[in-house]
Amino acid sequence: MNYLYCAFIELLAKYHFPEGLALIIFPLLPFCILAAGLLIMVLFLVLAERKILGFVTQRKGPNRVGYWGLMQTVADAFKLLCKENITPSAADKFLFTLAPLIAFIPVMLVWGILPYNAEFDLMSTPANLIFYLFLAFMPVLGIFLGGWASNSKYSIIGSVRAIAQAISYELPIAFSLLGIVVLSSSLNLTQITLAQSSVLGPARWFIIPAFIGFIVVFVSVVAELNRCPFDLPEAESELVAGYSTEYSGMRFALFYITEYSMMFANAAFIVVLFLGGYLSPFGNYLSNIFFGDSMTANILVYFEQTFWFLLKTFIILFLFILIRATYPRLQSDKLLKLSWTILLPLSIVNLFVCMLIKAIGGAL
Amino acid sequence: MSKMKLNLGPQHPSTHGVLRLILDVDGEKILGCEPVIGYLHRGMEKMAEGMTYLQYLPTVDRVDYLSGFFNSFAFVSAVEKLLKIEVPERASIIRVLLMELNRIASHLLWLGTYLLDLGAVSPFFYTFRERELILNYFEKITGQRMMYNYFVFGGVRHDIEYLDEIPPIVKTIIEKLEDYEKLLTDNPIFLSRTKNTGVLTRGEALAYSITGPNLRASNSHLDFRTQSDLYKKFEFKIAKADEGDCYARYKVRLDEIRESAKIIYQAIDILQLRFGEINTGLKPLNLNIEAGEAFSDVETPRGLTTCCIKSDGSDKPYRVKWRTGSFYAVQLLPKLLIGNTLSDVMAIYGSLDVMLPEVDR
Repeated sequence: MNYLYCAFIELLAKYHFPEGLALIIFPLLPFCILAAGLLIMVLFLVLAERKILGFVTQRKGPNRVGYWGLMQTVADAFKLLCKENITPSAADKFLFTLAPLIAFIPVMLVWGILPYNAEFDLMSTPANLIFYLFLAFMPVLGIFLGGWASNSKYSIIGSVRAIAQAISYELPIAFSLLGIVVLSSSLNLTQITLAQSSVLGPARWFIIPAFIGFIVVFVSVVAELNRCPFDLPEAESELVAGYSTEYSGMRFALFYITEYSMMFANAAFIVVLFLGGYLSPFGNYLSNIFFGDSMTANILVYFEQTFWFLLKTFIILFLFILIRATYPRLQSDKLLKLSWTILLPLSIVNLFVCMLIKAIGGAL
Repeated sequence: MSKMKLNLGPQHPSTHGVLRLILDVDGEKILGCEPVIGYLHRGMEKMAEGMTYLQYLPTVDRVDYLSGFFNSFAFVSAVEKLLKIEVPERASIIRVLLMELNRIASHLLWLGTYLLDLGAVSPFFYTFRERELILNYFEKITGQRMMYNYFVFGGVRHDIEYLDEIPPIVKTIIEKLEDYEKLLTDNPIFLSRTKNTGVLTRGEALAYSITGPNLRASNSHLDFRTQSDLYKKFEFKIAKADEGDCYARYKVRLDEIRESAKIIYQAIDILQLRFGEINTGLKPLNLNIEAGEAFSDVETPRGLTTCCIKSDGSDKPYRVKWRTGSFYAVQLLPKLLIGNTLSDVMAIYGSLDVMLPEVDR
């Protein structure tokens, strides 16, 4: 960060700003970049999903607004902004308004926890893995509250399904993460990332020792995101729109953004835990290979790390979208059965495998 | 959650039209179900009493808009029985050909929407893509995609054209059917949702007057095509399954598409070799219908459709009665749904292939 900090101070000095201002602005800048950058990313994630679904079903997808349909989600968001916020007369008005915010705010925080590159990890506390789990669970509370406050039958069924699903799938995730914690001896996401580094590239990524854990976390994350084939809380063919049936306008947009931001955050979370986070898949960073140990290389490395991080995340997101395009929806009772009878035992097995590998590795 | 009444429909994404189900639910479990129909009632039967036979003919396609040829055939052949005229051989083979193509189109649409009900988005587009081929062909020969008005009293409106376009269409569909099977038949989620859900035994099906694929999925051979003179020239197997669950109904419909394809190939062979009259040249404006009653049955994609006409000798029918397969399938719903969960409602209801226009008429 020193390079960037110096560059920033120089920039301010050039326009005769006092140095004290840089001290205040500089720590806030990354959050602004993050919030703006990732919200734009979400806009294009929605578009990418529609385009890929279109590709899978041999359609063109949205292609009218802007070049190649690029502005479609912007137009949609603008439309939602202009729409009336309807509050049903029987709804609990305070909670009905509060629910989208409860779902949305933790997502912004979740983004801050993820290590995007070696310097850009803003909340690198010793146990931010736990903090991540806590925040990642929060949107479900918002969903539950929203469904309950709507006072509509479809919404209530949807929110009850959401909470049942979240409770059952939180446990396999937690148990699988214990395996990772054992392997990396850390609860810090940056430390977990660095524990996977090796000159051989993917050789020490945790997906290899904790492959069962990867599968369990992948399935559970899809379930926690309420995505197909686990999209029961908003099953449109059964519950109309589930928890968001009564929502309209910007409140609905907040739920929508939450859903896709969590999708991005959870994909990134999987990348950090199992796929080496921002580490290069070639062992060495390309900028170091091409530019040696120069100043240019040292700055370029940050961008390259972010590039690898995002690339891996997009691969996971692509898988999420392909799954949505392929599978029918599970039944609600079988969904819970899958978690308690298959995923939870598997995640415990994974924990033991990880402990065994760690013990053998420590003995060698 | 305590017990509550859930009003499913009439406007609901997966009731395919305007069926209303009043469900008593305890959490997700269904304790009671009461179907309410009539939201799509168009008075098809009463309407006939004020129209001449020729005026009524275009409207019968709308009884079930996904299988227009079948309704058309039921009405037209009932009138032919009243008129006591014979249909030329070529005309009846053209009718069979078009009806079987229509059956494939109807089953493809069912497959797509059924998977949409189950939460899979893609198969919907795939089946519609193939159905489009058939509809385009129908448009070429009848001028309409769904409301054909092509069968006339005593034959068909004009001779069939572009016969050589049909085999490639059917071939594509049969090939794509393999793709659907790859995507669905061994899909564990699809199996877990359809196997052993909504089991209908043979006795129950017969007691509820269920016909068509729903009955044949419950270990029955009853297919009206085998009794009909129309299909005497054709060889085909009756698609049949034993289990009576949603999966059996899915298999039966897929098999029926394959059997229909066989009939289509045979019909094309006959049509290409033998030529002849395509209608009796009847002047439909002044039909000379005697007083009496006539009815005709046809095996539609959704079961047995019967059109019964009572004539008093005037130029308008005295009474027309339609019997359609979906109407009986709706009665089955309380029986099949009670005890299942809310997610099963769509799996079971969708598998019965209920067509609301056909229920309400």
